[in-house]
Amino acid sequence: MTSLLFTLLLFANPIDIDAQAAQRGLEIAQEADRRDTGFGDNVSKMDMILTNRKGKQSTRHMRNRALEQADDGDKLLILFDHPRDVKGTAFLAFTHRVGQDDQWLYLPALKRVKRISSSNKSGPFMGSEFAYEDLTSQEVEKYRYAYEGEETVDGQAAFKVTRFPNDPDSGYTRQIVWYDQAEYRILKIAYYDRKDSLLKTLTYHDYQQYLDKFWRADRWLMVNHQTGKKTELVFHAYAFQTGLGDRDFDQNSLKRAR
Amino acid sequence: MTEPAAPGWITRYATAVIRFRFPILVFGVIGVVLLATNATALVINDDYRYFFNDDDPQLLAYNDLQDTYNKNDTILFVVAPKQGGVFEPDTLAAIEALTEAAWQIPFATRVDSMTNYQHTEAEGDELIVADLVEDAASLSSEQRAYAAGIATTEPLLRHRLINPAATATGINVTLELPGVKQGEQRPAVARAREIAATMGDQFPGVDIHLTGILMLNNAFDEAAMHDMATLMPLMFAVIALVMALLLRSVSGTVATLTVVGLSVMAAMGFTAWLGIPMSPPSSIAPTLIMTLAVADSIHIIVSILQQMRAGSDKQTAIIESLRLNMQPVFLTSLTTLVGFLSLNASAVVPLNDLGNITSFGVAAAFLMSVTVLPALVAILPLRVTARGEESPLMDKLADFIIARRGPVLAVSVLVVFGFAAMIPNNELNDEFVNYFDTDIPFRAATDFTTEHLTGIYQIEFSLPAAETGGISEPDYLQTIEHFAGWYRAQAKVVHVDVLSDTMKRLNKNMHGGDAAAYTLPASRELSAQYLLLYEMSLPYGLDLNNRIDIDKAATRFVVTVENASSQEMRDLVESGAAWLRANAPTHMQVTGSGIPVIFSYLTLANSIATFQGTLLAFLLITLTLIISLRSFKYGLISLIPNLVPSMVAFGIWGLVDGQVNFGLTVVSALSIGIVVDDTVHFLSKYLRAKREKGLDTEGAIRYAFGTVGRAITVTTLVLILGFMIMMLSDFAMNEGMGKLTAITLALALITDFFMLPALLLVLQPKNEKASAPARPVPAA
Repeated sequence: MTSLLFTLLLFANPIDIDAQAAQRGLEIAQEADRRDTGFGDNVSKMDMILTNRKGKQSTRHMRNRALEQADDGDKLLILFDHPRDVKGTAFLAFTHRVGQDDQWLYLPALKRVKRISSSNKSGPFMGSEFAYEDLTSQEVEKYRYAYEGEETVDGQAAFKVTRFPNDPDSGYTRQIVWYDQAEYRILKIAYYDRKDSLLKTLTYHDYQQYLDKFWRADRWLMVNHQTGKKTELVFHAYAFQTGLGDRDFDQNSLKRAR
Repeated sequence: MTEPAAPGWITRYATAVIRFRFPILVFGVIGVVLLATNATALVINDDYRYFFNDDDPQLLAYNDLQDTYNKNDTILFVVAPKQGGVFEPDTLAAIEALTEAAWQIPFATRVDSMTNYQHTEAEGDELIVADLVEDAASLSSEQRAYAAGIATTEPLLRHRLINPAATATGINVTLELPGVKQGEQRPAVARAREIAATMGDQFPGVDIHLTGILMLNNAFDEAAMHDMATLMPLMFAVIALVMALLLRSVSGTVATLTVVGLSVMAAMGFTAWLGIPMSPPSSIAPTLIMTLAVADSIHIIVSILQQMRAGSDKQTAIIESLRLNMQPVFLTSLTTLVGFLSLNASAVVPLNDLGNITSFGVAAAFLMSVTVLPALVAILPLRVTARGEESPLMDKLADFIIARRGPVLAVSVLVVFGFAAMIPNNELNDEFVNYFDTDIPFRAATDFTTEHLTGIYQIEFSLPAAETGGISEPDYLQTIEHFAGWYRAQAKVVHVDVLSDTMKRLNKNMHGGDAAAYTLPASRELSAQYLLLYEMSLPYGLDLNNRIDIDKAATRFVVTVENASSQEMRDLVESGAAWLRANAPTHMQVTGSGIPVIFSYLTLANSIATFQGTLLAFLLITLTLIISLRSFKYGLISLIPNLVPSMVAFGIWGLVDGQVNFGLTVVSALSIGIVVDDTVHFLSKYLRAKREKGLDTEGAIRYAFGTVGRAITVTTLVLILGFMIMMLSDFAMNEGMGKLTAITLALALITDFFMLPALLLVLQPKNEKASAPARPVPAA
């Protein structure tokens, strides 16, 4: 038996190892996704705090609503409360596991819903260090994976997985994701830009559990290593299964949303 | 000889040097080599920012602006098809490929080109945001013509990334260098060059040029390295040749080269030990040190050879040479030191370095000349060939001036005033692009860019709004639009980047593409919401964070200017600030900044500081002369031959060139210390003849010509040669400095040989004239 294993190992070529790593990485992503399945819908408030290289800060306030979809990416609604001149502006996205997301924005000053037709989702969201693609649901199908091993992040045992975006319009060549081994929550993501240099790091802090199952971090901190700028997201007033439905996530709902 | 018979301290010193020649040589060489091991730690500071003091207010303002938006370290690829326009399929494909490849340049955070320009279009209630050119090879001629129409009319692109004729286009790469060590840009520049070369091979129909701020820094880096690598060995070879011809002695030449080499090594070691970085202006210090060091050696060795020809043995000759030369060599080294140290008055840090490094070298050269040099000569075999001591040329010159003192002085005065009148033709100007020779690729690329595409000088403003989010206020947008309109109407302005152009385009898009809606949005809310919509549609690296601050309380406003002199630059900045004072609310009344702006103000600050430094150097040197010549009168007379060369040189410069950069402003200060040497030698011999030999003025002038005329000529020629080698530098600042100093030194020689003796003759005491002709005049 020992000799057989030895022979197997001897003949194992790098492609097999790659395939094994890909399989293991995918399994971890799937497990994390499985553990977050069934939340139905949730709402939360979000403060976005931008800091530039000089240390100057600027804050935006918004409210998020998310609706889980059985066979596709989540639906997402963001209501802008502050700054005042964009108050009432509402952003709606249908994220898709494959292909481009659908996006609309309601402009109260124009009283019109505008569809955003752009393959771009890697630009800064509201001038922050977050790109749209960093904020939307992390669908398993959007990446290829490679398991890298186990590491400790802030004293927590973690799985380290590299994921490669399938979307050619992504701003990244790869991301390294650390999941904690106990709950499969993402602790940290390192983003690598088109020339494969470390661009920014996102860390999640103060995880809270809702409905005894779903974990959400209260604080997300994104640091851009190339420009020295930072953005912090602070979430509060999380509520799950509030009874939202598809009708609350269509173009008409954008105008009504308050 | 009127010297006392009892051995003075110099004689005792010289005897000791000969006795301990081996230890002196060994310890001297070991000491210098140990010091020189530091030189491996020498760094080159290639950052243009190194030209400014850290507390330069303009630089602080500019750093603040870069911290608010982003840094402006850029590489600009300029693509020009050999024939046809940039919208031909091949060229378009080249631009698209180059844009894509540019993302791979280390530290690149942004790539802007006309192909990835985020074109916005309205279709019903849909806002379409996409690259202007995608998959260029597959586009139809109609699609290409459509893209051409947009690119050549869009205010963001026209005159910035594309010329109206569409024959040249730019790909602008913004980089964020970590800023922790020197030479960080090298891998980025290497990669950019590699991309340009690869693309050039792949698309032979296009020419690709590289310019931008990072290429400027890199050109500084390469110019400094080039100067150190080529000028130094050349100078060494020239010194070897001149010494061999002059001394006709292998040992003398070897001894001189040793002193020169050790002086440079000691100075560079000391420089590295102090942590002073090399930069293009200071990279010529080693060449300068060699030139100055060789003069000390010439005086001492020529004297030794003279003594030996006169029949002395070598030891006696060395002792006598030191006795004769210790004081003048010390004095000339001291004045040279004072001249170079006065460069510390300059507001330009690399020029302070140049003064200090050269000062170390001059001090080291003096030390070496009175220790290692005599020790080495004492060790090496030295033979002399009998040779005529007479200088018939010098005698003839003396006769000529004595005979025609009046006309010589009159012509001299006329010439001096004539050229001095040309000094105002000079204009202070620091266009940093012109620091580089036209055969440097950076200069060629930049000249091409300026001629065909856009300017590379920029004035940047961060225009504050009244409050957070205030950039969306119609009043604010209107003001910046008018401001842009005003700048666009000014001469030399080729492009203005202003947010109001983007707002007008978005307003048009939001009104179904209606051309009549190409106006500023009517309300603050509209503008803010359009911006939000637009920002959500932009890809990585093409966002608005480089134009709008995080609070939306200020926008960046960039004026691109072509070929403006420092004066024109300052005028544009100041008239812009004046426009804001007259037409904008108080909170918007700011002043523009940017690298060329900082340079243009530094030119002014530097010229004042340098003038004060030069004045101080003149005063100190005149004081030194008064003390060492022990005569107030002759100290004052020395001012004339010391001042005249600089005045005439700048007059000549005003006639033939007229552009004075940082490097040239310090030429008077650095040349005074050298010019004065000739005066010192001439006047000290003249006074010795009068005081010790009791000669009259004419006799003393003949004596001075006879004894030092040849030595002065030779050392001055060597110095001129040294500064002419600096003219081979690719860095125009060094080239101009070499040229102007060489002219100054040549004029100094002429002044000392014509104007000074004529002046001394005209000023001779009346009573002497009557008694003078009776006395016979010895030749030497």
